[in-house]
Amino acid sequence: MTKVSMRVNGRPVSAEVEGRTLLVQFLREGLGLTGTHVGCDTAQCGACVVHVDGRATKACNVFAMDCDGAEVATIEGMAAPDGTLSPIQQAFQDHHGLQCGFCTPGMVMSAAALLDENPRPTEAEVREYLEGNICRCTGYHNIVKAILAASGQPVAVAAE
Amino acid sequence: MYAFDFVRPTSVADAVAALGEADAQALGGGQTLIPALKQRLASPSTLVSLGAIAEIRGVCLDDDGRVCIGGGTTHATVARQAAAHYPALAAMAGRIGDPAVRNRGTLGGSLANNDPSACYPAAVLASNATVITNTRRIAADDYFQGMFTTALEEGELITEVRFPVPQAANYQKFVQPASRFALTAVFVARFADGVRVAVTGASEEGVFRWTEAEAALSDSFTPGALAALSVPADGMIDDLHGTPEYRAHLVRVLTGRAVAAAG
Repeated sequence: MTKVSMRVNGRPVSAEVEGRTLLVQFLREGLGLTGTHVGCDTAQCGACVVHVDGRATKACNVFAMDCDGAEVATIEGMAAPDGTLSPIQQAFQDHHGLQCGFCTPGMVMSAAALLDENPRPTEAEVREYLEGNICRCTGYHNIVKAILAASGQPVAVAAE
Repeated sequence: MYAFDFVRPTSVADAVAALGEADAQALGGGQTLIPALKQRLASPSTLVSLGAIAEIRGVCLDDDGRVCIGGGTTHATVARQAAAHYPALAAMAGRIGDPAVRNRGTLGGSLANNDPSACYPAAVLASNATVITNTRRIAADDYFQGMFTTALEEGELITEVRFPVPQAANYQKFVQPASRFALTAVFVARFADGVRVAVTGASEEGVFRWTEAEAALSDSFTPGALAALSVPADGMIDDLHGTPEYRAHLVRVLTGRAVAAAG
C-alpha cells in the first residue's frame, strides 16, 4: 500500500492504495463519490469520465497512483454547493437528455470538457466528441441538443 | 487484476533502473495495458509508470526542421501542438480512439505495443521517422518487426520520435466503429526524394510499406497512378469485420483517397 494524495472537487484527499487501485475505485469506494459510474470497465462506454487536470479521462482506465498530485473533478463537483445545477446539468434536464441516467455523469463531464476546449461546438463536433460515451436509452439526439443549448446556441424545442 | 508493485519515477534513468527488475513492465498512458491487466493477459511484478517523467513529454522542431515528439506525449497534445508543423500527423493523432483515450494514450506506448491496427505505426513508417530510445536511434524501417513485435530490447524505453516533415501527406482511416481502431488505414507522405506509403490494420505482419504504390506515386503523385496496381490478399487479416480480400481492396482505395486529399 502506498499513500496517494490529490485534490478532488477542490478538496485535498489522501489515502493508502494498492498499485492496482483504479481511480474510479478510489473515488467510489475510498471517497464514497458514487456519482462516477462503472459501466463497461473496459474503457469503451465513458460512464466513468472525470476530469484529471482539466482533461476528460476514463477513471476505469487510469490508476489512482498515476493521479498523485492531480486535480480531479467529478460529477459531484458540478452543481453549486446550494444544489443549483450547472448550466450543462440544467440543459440535460430541460432537453430530456437522459432516461435511465446511468451514462449521464460521464456525458456531463465529457460535455464540460468539450465546452472548455470549444465553447460553441457544431452539432457534428458534439457528436464526434461523444464517440467514447455510450448511451443505450436516448439515441443521443437530446443529449446533443442539451449540450448545444448549454453552449448558448439555439436548439429546437421538442414537441409537447 | 493481479497485484503488482507500482513505481512512478520522475526521470528516464530511474525508470530504466526500475525496469531492470524481473518481470517489470513500463506503463505509458495505459489505454491498452490496463484493459490487458484486467483480463489477466499481463501479470507484471512491478509496473513502472512513465507518467511523471517530464523529460519525455512535449513537441518541438529540431534544427533540421523535424518534428520531435517525446515518447510520453499524449495523442491530444500531438493533435494540438503538431498541427502547425505537420498537419497530417496532428490530424491522425486527433482521430485515435476517443477524446478521453487521447488525453491518456501516448506515442511511445502505441509504438512499443505495435498493435497491427494502431494508427501511429503507419505515420512513423510513412514519415521515415527515427525512434529514439534511452540507448540508441532506430530507423522506422528497422523498428517494426511484425504484429506486437518491435526492435525494442527488454527494458528499453522510447524517449522521443523524430518525424521528417513531408511536402504533402495524408492519413486515411477506415474506422472500425466499435473499437475506433483502423479496420484498414493508409498514411501517404511525399518527400522531395520520393513517396512513402504505409498501411496499418491490414496485414497479419502489422504495419507495412506498399512499395509498388510508392514507385508509381513517385513517378506521378495522382490517384490514377494506382489504377493498374492491386494488393494481394495473402497474409491480410481475416476477422468478423472484414475478409483479407476486403482489406486488400481497402488498401488501394484508401491510398487513392490519401493521394487525392494530400494534393
